[in-house]
Amino acid sequence: MCGIVGLFLKNPAMRPQLGQHLETMLIGMTERGPDSAGIAVYHRPVAEGRGKLTLFHPDTNFHWREIGGDLGEALKAEVDIEIKGNHAVLTIAASTDPVREWLKANHPEIRIMGYGRVMEVYKDMGLPADVAKRYDLAHMEGTHAIGHTRMATESAVTTEHSHPFTADDDMCLVHNGSLSNHNNLRKWLRKRGHEFETDNDSEVAARYFAQRLSEGASLEDALRAGLKDLDGFYTFTMSTRGGFAVLRDEIACKPAVLAETDDWVAMASEYRSIAALPGADNAKVWEPAPAVVYTWEVKEAA
Amino acid sequence: MNTVDLAASSVRELNSRLHGLSADTNERVWKVLNPKGAHAIAAGLMIPIEVEIDGHPGYYCAGMNKEATVIINGHCGNGVAENMMSGEVRIKGNASAAAGATGRGGLLVIEGDAGLRCGISMKGIDIVVGGSVGHMSAFMAQSGALVVCGDAGSSLGDSIYEARLYVQGKVDSLGSDCIEKEMTSHHVAKLDRLLKRSGIKADARKFKRYGSARRLYNFHVDNVDAY
Repeated sequence: MCGIVGLFLKNPAMRPQLGQHLETMLIGMTERGPDSAGIAVYHRPVAEGRGKLTLFHPDTNFHWREIGGDLGEALKAEVDIEIKGNHAVLTIAASTDPVREWLKANHPEIRIMGYGRVMEVYKDMGLPADVAKRYDLAHMEGTHAIGHTRMATESAVTTEHSHPFTADDDMCLVHNGSLSNHNNLRKWLRKRGHEFETDNDSEVAARYFAQRLSEGASLEDALRAGLKDLDGFYTFTMSTRGGFAVLRDEIACKPAVLAETDDWVAMASEYRSIAALPGADNAKVWEPAPAVVYTWEVKEAA
Repeated sequence: MNTVDLAASSVRELNSRLHGLSADTNERVWKVLNPKGAHAIAAGLMIPIEVEIDGHPGYYCAGMNKEATVIINGHCGNGVAENMMSGEVRIKGNASAAAGATGRGGLLVIEGDAGLRCGISMKGIDIVVGGSVGHMSAFMAQSGALVVCGDAGSSLGDSIYEARLYVQGKVDSLGSDCIEKEMTSHHVAKLDRLLKRSGIKADARKFKRYGSARRLYNFHVDNVDAY
């Protein structure tokens, strides 16, 4: 079982409270997923031409600054490092591609949680409340965010098996369900140059959508293609720099609730994660229909 | 009237109070505030009291209800009134998946829409839906009636036994062994009585009736030899 949540702010005045609201939503899904939690928050964008990466190493005393220095020297670019527990947010005056290559070649022990210009990804073991506190989610402002709480049933409770999964610049996916054709899809994606970091079926879904987006599909078209190609049970919430989307499979045995006011759009596995949002009592609340793609676009950047 | 605010009290405290009432209690009218999606609110009631819930409760609200009347002024999560035995559950908004699942008796009224698998494996409950129902509704329905004033999603009444289905709008598709049946004056009268009981205004003559063609394994006399 898992819980997934997503919050997309329509009213820019609410942006300072994004993290605080997402934290409440995430904690609301504790009973559906007490083993680990993960979040992707769209905030603090860096300028075009610069890159931002969220990195993970289990050692909380890891020598991040030294690595930042080596990286800066190798790429001849200025590097900033912000350490948050066992995660580090690295910003650099370069695109993220050479950074990822350099890290893979020189520090394969570092896990890249997310990359792009806006998105930061944190995932860790423990109760959602503890994970949110560890990374100070409550103080993260931004435009939109998604989260996942996991109750492990078919693979170990580890950080790498936690959601969200990222497969492209500023793109992220959370998934409740299981895919049955992930082996074939993994082969199909490997042929198209994707390298997999886990054996998780949700990573396959993330890379599938990234592939469709890289082929030029819109967020909506990418998800619609997934209806045809992904076999299994799923409620997905996907976010990109400029958008937020929800999709359930045709059978729709995995729950999902959407709610919308003039100020925000919220998605959650259950209404109890939405109930505490300001104005929830009078929000339009509905269940996303099976096999229907729902998308929202960010009007202006964070 | 007793009012319980779930912002200040747990669901367990509320349900314990309701379960602790004696059959001759004078505390017959209850109001519940701030359900905020919590599970199993007012589940397992056993005596004819009235509980009104203001807001949106979560899963299994009014489950296993016996004799009580539960009114929900909001939308409802999965499995509302699941396995209801008797009494009445009324939802002023929409209900999520598996509303009235396995219900054995009583009346479930959903004034809005019901989600997927409404009335799955129903065993005697009557369900009246003012709006539409999702796919696989009345799957393996054994007895009772499901009334849909709007439309029904795909595979309605798949593997149905003796339950009666009435739909006013369009049916996306019928499930295995479910067929349209003649709507006689007897059925119109029965449906009319049920609609009146539910308080939902609709013209019984405008509904179509669906039920079992009785062609699946269990209906074949030849298969009796297996036992």
